[in-house]
Amino acid sequence: MADFLIGLGLPGWLAWTVAALVAAVLILNVIAGGALAFIWAERKIAARIQDRLGPTRTGGRFGWLQSLADGIKLLAKEDLMPEGADGLLFRLAPYVSFCASFCAFIALPFAFDVVGQRLNVGVFFVVAVLGLEVFGVILAGYASASKWSLFGAMREAAQVVSYEVPLGMCVVVPVMLAGTMDLVTIAEKQAGWFTNWYLFHDPFTFVVFWVYVTCAVASVNRAPFDLAEAESELVAGFHTEYSGLRWSFFFMAEYGSMFLVSALAAVLFMGGWNGPVPVATILGLSEGTGDTAAYLVRLIGLANLIGKATLGVLAMMWIRWTLPRLRIDQVMTTCLKYCTPIAAVMFAGAMLWQLFLPAGLLPGWRRPPGEVREGWLEGPGGSAVGHGVPVSGIGPASRDVLATRSPR
Amino acid sequence: MEIFHVGNTVMGGSALMLDTLLPFAASVPSQHVSLPFGAVVLAGINWHSVLFLLFAALTCAFAIGVVAADNVVRMALYLVFSLGSAAGLFFLAGAEFIGAMQLMIYVGGTLVLLVFGVMLTAQAPFVSIKPSSSDKTLAAVAGASLLALLLTAVFSVDAWLAPGAGVVPPPSATPLGMALVGVRVDDSPVGAPSTGRSGYMLPFEIVSVHLLVVLVGAAYLARAKRRKTPRAIDALASSEPFAGRAAVSGAVQVTGARAAGGSSSALVGGGR
Repeated sequence: MADFLIGLGLPGWLAWTVAALVAAVLILNVIAGGALAFIWAERKIAARIQDRLGPTRTGGRFGWLQSLADGIKLLAKEDLMPEGADGLLFRLAPYVSFCASFCAFIALPFAFDVVGQRLNVGVFFVVAVLGLEVFGVILAGYASASKWSLFGAMREAAQVVSYEVPLGMCVVVPVMLAGTMDLVTIAEKQAGWFTNWYLFHDPFTFVVFWVYVTCAVASVNRAPFDLAEAESELVAGFHTEYSGLRWSFFFMAEYGSMFLVSALAAVLFMGGWNGPVPVATILGLSEGTGDTAAYLVRLIGLANLIGKATLGVLAMMWIRWTLPRLRIDQVMTTCLKYCTPIAAVMFAGAMLWQLFLPAGLLPGWRRPPGEVREGWLEGPGGSAVGHGVPVSGIGPASRDVLATRSPR
Repeated sequence: MEIFHVGNTVMGGSALMLDTLLPFAASVPSQHVSLPFGAVVLAGINWHSVLFLLFAALTCAFAIGVVAADNVVRMALYLVFSLGSAAGLFFLAGAEFIGAMQLMIYVGGTLVLLVFGVMLTAQAPFVSIKPSSSDKTLAAVAGASLLALLLTAVFSVDAWLAPGAGVVPPPSATPLGMALVGVRVDDSPVGAPSTGRSGYMLPFEIVSVHLLVVLVGAAYLARAKRRKTPRAIDALASSEPFAGRAAVSGAVQVTGARAAGGSSSALVGGGR
């Protein structure tokens, strides 16, 4: 995009800045707009599961303006703060949560070439940043000067720190299969029909996907793991004392993280922007066959990825309104006694499978072309390592900015 | 400890090219279109330096904030911001792996510090920490001497004072991973075996075994022990009040030690 703007006659620094701002605003809109849509969906899904109708009147037939009405109500609410609260931390906490959620989106590829910043260590970066969201929750719990908040925050800390271990192990399996931590390359290697997805790569990856789903639900604090805000025990947990817009920032961070872990699952296990059926390939479109076709391919990819991630979020809602909440010791048992060992065994299994059955079980089965590893040992300049390909996504690398603007 | 972090971050900042420290040092590139004066000035700015100065200033400011704050939780928060800005410096330098590592290990590790801070400040004596003036003097002397040493060391390296090599291709994490399992791909042509420089298999294995031992040890220490002594509540019920209170406080300490696993029951003992 920056190149396009430079072509229009803009100076380089302005082009890069505009491109970066566009990327940032797009990501913000994914989070905020996604939150609006998902809150409405959550109301409707919860209502259906509980055999009622949910919002029906606001904005017409299905109550589809309900989230917007809620948003306006939240804007108009008074911003309260408890008397004994630590003012600075209390005000800061929602933004910390939201920023962590936002930052993780930077490395997430939405379609071919549509990525905020292609990172060589994308998976690692996303998992690391996602773990920072808990800071906001702990600060909120501490600064609220309320026992309910403090309890919620400590539960959240325990839960997130514990679940990072199995989550990391699950994430490592696709990384091992792809031979890279670059999210873009991982998704590219699963191109083609849905049989190429890592979900169906071997039985171990299939199991590890479900472990990932469990850990992802736990790490974004959704029911049945939502002990941090267990409303039947802790009033509202860490955000008991929050109201108005600050409270809604927590919610946006939560829905943003839900979307993020679902999109990460889609990229790691379900082919990223490659649909179950390679529509673009069947239609004869490729990324390089001219402007319109290239945009169409990206559009299809975008629809694929967002569709998959939305499915993941809807599944999380379904789980939330179906399963009862676990106790804290059950949460810890699930993590330490089940998820971690299963993930470890599946990791070893996937490794051995890759070692002894690299061609799969079926005779005549052909591995997808993405898995041919020749040349992936090439040095930093090699294209197979993942960084030889120039990144021309919607947003520039901060480093790319510097590369262009460097005086030398 | 806080002083040490000040020195540490300063060193991390100076390890970058020193000649990029001046934001206006860049030559104004030729303009293809006519621009207003402000835009020309903006175009003349070396944005690398601006971002570097921004992150470096944030790092230092929050590091000073760690020392200046008197609340443990705020200290931990400032430490998080300082370390996060240092991660930004790494990303700026193109070292994505180290940047993500910094986020994961240091910033994520400070989380535990924060949790302990929250636990400690649940009790009144630790809410505000006021070191004595002798402590402050000692810490200032130690920190200043470390800072002086590091600055001298940094400015004595000629290679860092010379202009940088320009834009280098961003390093990938793959050679690093390969080197850890014993294959050096960075110094040999593609396909050829390594040219004598061995990888880091042995250190990698030693570290792995160390971590495994630590993991087993932690599991051993944190496991649920079979009680040989009567439970605190039984002792309370059966014995006289004084002994009972001692037993209860002992039980609270045991729970507190177990709280690294995150049991919120530690808070029952030390609620505010």
